[in-house]
Amino acid sequence: MELVRKLASVKAREKLADGAWQETVVKWSLIFTGAAFLVSMMVLPLVLIGVEAMAKGWAAYVRAVSEPFAQKALWLTAEATILAVLSNTVFGLAAAWLLTKFDFKGKSLLGAIIDLPFAVSPVVAGLFFIMLFGRLSPFYDTLQAYQVAVVFAVPGIVLATIFVTLPFIARSIVPVMEAQGRQEEEAAALMGASGWRIFWQITLPNIKWGLLYGIILCSARAMGEFGAVSVVSGHIRGKTNTLPLHIEILYNEYNFTAAFAVASILVILAVVVLILRNLVEWNLTRAERTGEHEL
Amino acid sequence: MSYEVELKHIEKYFGSFKAADDASFGVEKGQLAGLLGPSGSGKTTLLRMLAGLEQPDKGEIRIAGRLVNDVPARERGIGFVFQNYALFRHMTVRDNLAFGLRVQNVDDHTIKVRTDELLELTGLTAVAKRYPQQLSGGQRQRVAFARALAPNPKVLLLDEPFAAIDAKVRKELRSWLREAIHNLGITSLFVTHDQDEAVEVADKIIIVNKGRIEQAGSPVEIYQSPQTPFVADFIGESVKVEDYTQFKGFGDEQAQAGTYQGAHARMGIIRPEFIELAKDEREISLPLGAEQGVVKATYFRGSSMAVDIEVRGQILRAARSLEKEPLQVGDKALAFIHRIYSLDAGQTRIIENRAKRQESVVI
Repeated sequence: MELVRKLASVKAREKLADGAWQETVVKWSLIFTGAAFLVSMMVLPLVLIGVEAMAKGWAAYVRAVSEPFAQKALWLTAEATILAVLSNTVFGLAAAWLLTKFDFKGKSLLGAIIDLPFAVSPVVAGLFFIMLFGRLSPFYDTLQAYQVAVVFAVPGIVLATIFVTLPFIARSIVPVMEAQGRQEEEAAALMGASGWRIFWQITLPNIKWGLLYGIILCSARAMGEFGAVSVVSGHIRGKTNTLPLHIEILYNEYNFTAAFAVASILVILAVVVLILRNLVEWNLTRAERTGEHEL
Repeated sequence: MSYEVELKHIEKYFGSFKAADDASFGVEKGQLAGLLGPSGSGKTTLLRMLAGLEQPDKGEIRIAGRLVNDVPARERGIGFVFQNYALFRHMTVRDNLAFGLRVQNVDDHTIKVRTDELLELTGLTAVAKRYPQQLSGGQRQRVAFARALAPNPKVLLLDEPFAAIDAKVRKELRSWLREAIHNLGITSLFVTHDQDEAVEVADKIIIVNKGRIEQAGSPVEIYQSPQTPFVADFIGESVKVEDYTQFKGFGDEQAQAGTYQGAHARMGIIRPEFIELAKDEREISLPLGAEQGVVKATYFRGSSMAVDIEVRGQILRAARSLEKEPLQVGDKALAFIHRIYSLDAGQTRIIENRAKRQESVVI
């Protein structure tokens, strides 16, 4: 009897050990698969950009980066990004405020329209601006008369960037505003506060981290935008080339070192944005937890 | 009678849902009134329309005699305490209280004096520098109350002011709030689904059901003479009986009332306090009129026992003092029903037990 029980317990232990071993195998193979995926898809390309950029040494790198066309592209990218972020901040705030604090007919339609740039391919968006402001446009003669160039010029690039990055800020603050409800605003209104005062003193302080998060996402997307901008830009060196377009041109000219050197600027910017994003995100969750809003 | 706050024939639809149905009531100056009704009865909607946060589809809203339908919320001069307080989360307690005064461009010195006064009144001086998230539920409630009072509103509205507070603190806050409002003499209206709260706090209770005002009156009036079947059923711990004429002392009501029309003509409501419960005949004042029953369940209520007793196939709820000999499940007991609310033809009528009436005739 005693022996049987012992045998049974040994068997059970073996079974357990068997199960545990299997568990370990599954665990490590999953970890390995994940890590391998991450390395091949994310880490290797980034490392490669660095290696290629430095392939002909530091001097070549500096030369490629400080070359006038590259500099010009960097500034154009900065300009388009800043303008896109500014206009989308204003628009995003207005749209989110409207979507969360008011009830009206066509509300869900407005929500869908805001998301449209997410769904539409950037190339299509670019073509759409060509149709709207280019030679085929009904406004073309008027624009010509006032000597306003939109397509194949900076305004077109800015418009395309605004379009592509339009949803980011609105979509980052809508959930925050929704979670906070309308009662604080209602309370302020009942105390006699005007809409303007309510916005600046009640709503904005409550959503500032969400807003900052949206601004960062929007900047990241605006800096890297290629498709839509490529269509409207016309690729005029030193005039309408943004960084991503400049990289493409360099690459097509088999000037790999310069292409990767300029690409490394975008990567550095992206990393800075990621760090900022994580800081803000950390602050956002902390603010939610404790209700305190400090840097 | 002139009311400080008055709603007249208010109707309000949300889609096809009727939130207010020809609702009319008023609150006198300095009165503390309670809107009482089950969840979804439309009481909060009435309060929000009064504040200007919702627009009625029909009807008039008057504050201090003035028609305010088209006056925006911020110009109505109303203090509002939200159910979840809606404190400004990024402001300290003091800044929360000062907000309404800053809006009115009051000078800093006056703001300081007024907020100090309110902090004192609400006992929040020690936590003036804290943020709402650092306060307890009871403290937040008091901040919300003080914030609503800060700009000296004509009318104070409170939406379920005690709902988010635990039972012990709620009791304290109730009496504190009642006292504070009476001392200030501000016309106040609060919404609650808790009848104990309404009875304890309010000078006047307005009972709301499905967007309609069922009855308005003092707690005593509401309690002692409910005017509609809903009120009779909703107020107190009521038990509905299908046919009250089966009980001793109520059998010949037929002759008296003369009418037995409609499906619910014999329906009645019996409250625990209408029943005198006894273990045997020695305990009861009028043993001849008492019904025999069997105890089905007992519940300890802290200060008394609630006893479910089956009489003529009907479970009735009665109360029994802890001082008396306890009743056990399965015990035989006597129940003398003093009175019943009859719900004949949608009208509530109090019917006294015939045994008592005869007794009084003899005397």
